[in-house]
Amino acid sequence: MAKANIKDINRNIYDFKNADNYDFKIEKGLNREIVEEISKMKNDPDWMREIRLKALEMYNKLELPTWGPDLSELNMEEIATYVKPKSKLNSSWDEVPEDIKDTFDKLGIPEAEKKSLAGVGAQYDSEVVYHSIKEDLLKQGVIYTDMETAVREYSEIVKEHFMKCVPISDHKFVALHAAVWSGGSFVYVPKGVKLDIPLQSYFRLNSPESGQFEHTLIIVDEGASLHFIEGCSAPKYNKVNLHAGCVELYVKDNAYLRYSTIENWSKNMMNLNTKKAIVGKNAQVDWVTGSFGSKVSMLYPMSFLNGEGAKTEYTGITFAGGGQNLDTGFKVVHNAKNTSSIVNSKSISKNGGACTYRALVRINENAKNSKCSVSCESLMLDDKSRSDTIPVNDIRTDDVIFSHEAKIGKISDKEIFYLMSRGLSEEDAKAMIVRGFAYPISKELPVEYAVEMNNLINLELEGSIG
Amino acid sequence: MSKLLEIKDLYANAGDKEILKGLNLNINKGEVHVIMGPNGAGKSTLANVIFNNSEYTKKSGEIIFDGENINDLSTDKIAKKGVFMSFQNPEEIPGITTTNFLKVAKNNIDGKPVKIFELKENIKKNMEELNMNPKLIERNLNVGFSGGEKKKNEILQMLVLNPKLAILDETDSGLDVDAVKAVSKGIDMYKNDENAVLIITHNMKILQNLKIDFVHILIDGKIIKTGNAELAKEIEENGFSKYKK
Repeated sequence: MAKANIKDINRNIYDFKNADNYDFKIEKGLNREIVEEISKMKNDPDWMREIRLKALEMYNKLELPTWGPDLSELNMEEIATYVKPKSKLNSSWDEVPEDIKDTFDKLGIPEAEKKSLAGVGAQYDSEVVYHSIKEDLLKQGVIYTDMETAVREYSEIVKEHFMKCVPISDHKFVALHAAVWSGGSFVYVPKGVKLDIPLQSYFRLNSPESGQFEHTLIIVDEGASLHFIEGCSAPKYNKVNLHAGCVELYVKDNAYLRYSTIENWSKNMMNLNTKKAIVGKNAQVDWVTGSFGSKVSMLYPMSFLNGEGAKTEYTGITFAGGGQNLDTGFKVVHNAKNTSSIVNSKSISKNGGACTYRALVRINENAKNSKCSVSCESLMLDDKSRSDTIPVNDIRTDDVIFSHEAKIGKISDKEIFYLMSRGLSEEDAKAMIVRGFAYPISKELPVEYAVEMNNLINLELEGSIG
Repeated sequence: MSKLLEIKDLYANAGDKEILKGLNLNINKGEVHVIMGPNGAGKSTLANVIFNNSEYTKKSGEIIFDGENINDLSTDKIAKKGVFMSFQNPEEIPGITTTNFLKVAKNNIDGKPVKIFELKENIKKNMEELNMNPKLIERNLNVGFSGGEKKKNEILQMLVLNPKLAILDETDSGLDVDAVKAVSKGIDMYKNDENAVLIITHNMKILQNLKIDFVHILIDGKIIKTGNAELAKEIEENGFSKYKK
């Protein structure tokens, strides 16, 4: 009992909930009236309204995926797609309503902003309630703002890029996203500008039986460099919540973007998120992803290496506990000469959890002299848990170096015994082994998240024993 | 003489196979014991069974350490009572440096937070004595260590954790001359009147520079002969054939 109590208290970092104090919550379900109402409330320009309506049609046409985790529990008639919090967009935390500010305080956002971030966006339910950027970045022409402001103030550039990297026909939940999207961040880094500390957007879903559909659009112009961090969490409710965000990244010639994600949704969340990047000549996008939360995740970040010499690296860890089915992976398309990709994925499943690594590597005919190296490892902590690896490798030229390594294993009794012989309890020994397994990934995460991940591993393991 | 370890009529299995068949052994404080025996006699099983490795099952008999029956204690509790085992094949654990691991282990074994500065001095001094590369301590535990480095690292852990009884399971196997010397030097440094050493081996190299009190011959799960250091010499010359059925 004591152990369970400790676990509950610690999980409260994420699980605390505020009263469902919205300014406006749209009726549940999805139809033309709802989409039009959202569009009206957001004062969309015509072109955006048209995208929404076209996307709704697409949504109605597209089928649910016939592969992957079971989505039958998701009923759109039970989901409110737009929840406007009782707050406008603020540029000072003091102006954010107390209960919302308190939420982000607990999540450590304002503190991280002071210490280690160049700008912060904070979304609560469907709207961004706080956005900031350091003065000197503004002077260099860096834009970091919420998506709604971007649609108004940078409409040409948004119009040129919005739902272009991820087409609305991509899959059913992309279409849904485009129909009801709200919130998210827009970043533009001008040519040659290099940010040496990260920007971070945090997405918090508080409202029960609702969805979050934020849109993140990032353009890193030629020779520029950016590290962007996104975090997300939600308290746990009995009924299903939905997250169908969309991330579009444009990394122009010679530019660099590192996109780090810590996803810690509650275990009633369907996380059906889509992220893609278009990478130019000699440019690079690195994805660093930690997936810990949600009931079901289907998430496969994708890089299009369209410019000669483009590079991408994916470093990801997935941790599935009881009742979780996390279907994650990485997709890459090599579309030009001398492109390279490196994939390093790890998954941990315990207490009946299921992890699937699902991936695509496509090397087109024109991608001569390209390289791809994939390594995925899975660790199962008990006999009840599951782990699968489903790679698709579609290689259309001979002139490539390609390697794929996959290992699936159970936690080693010999290692546990060794550590216990040095006085560590069984739980501590397991946690040390799991942290060690995760270490090559956790060392890539922003430092505060690496610490958080280690704490999560402790908590998750404590919960799984007895 | 005060008793440290007393094993009474111990029967134990590895899986379905009976390995130990009525083993008796007494070790007092201040003594160095050696168990020799051919492959498959049960030498490593004995070390693992003392430490309650779940891959082995005790069928009957008693293991009494420092006056307490430890048959049913978990491995970590046995370690906390003061038993240490140097592994034949030490595991590689990524994600934690050897220093940090020693800190965690020492905290657990002593049951109180260790003073970092003292610990680091202690580690440094012992590494010098064992002729270990000082950089190893900042590398992850045993990861990418050579066979000799791993064994020295086991001896380093023994010296830092300072147990009452050190069981060295085939610590000398596969080592070069330098490493064998370092290991026996480490045992010499560790040894005092209040603790004891149990060396499990099938060769003599490691024994040459040590003062041995008892040599036991283990054949087919039982100790069939006990003698002094002379017995080890005899085995070295004639092998075990004389003692096999």
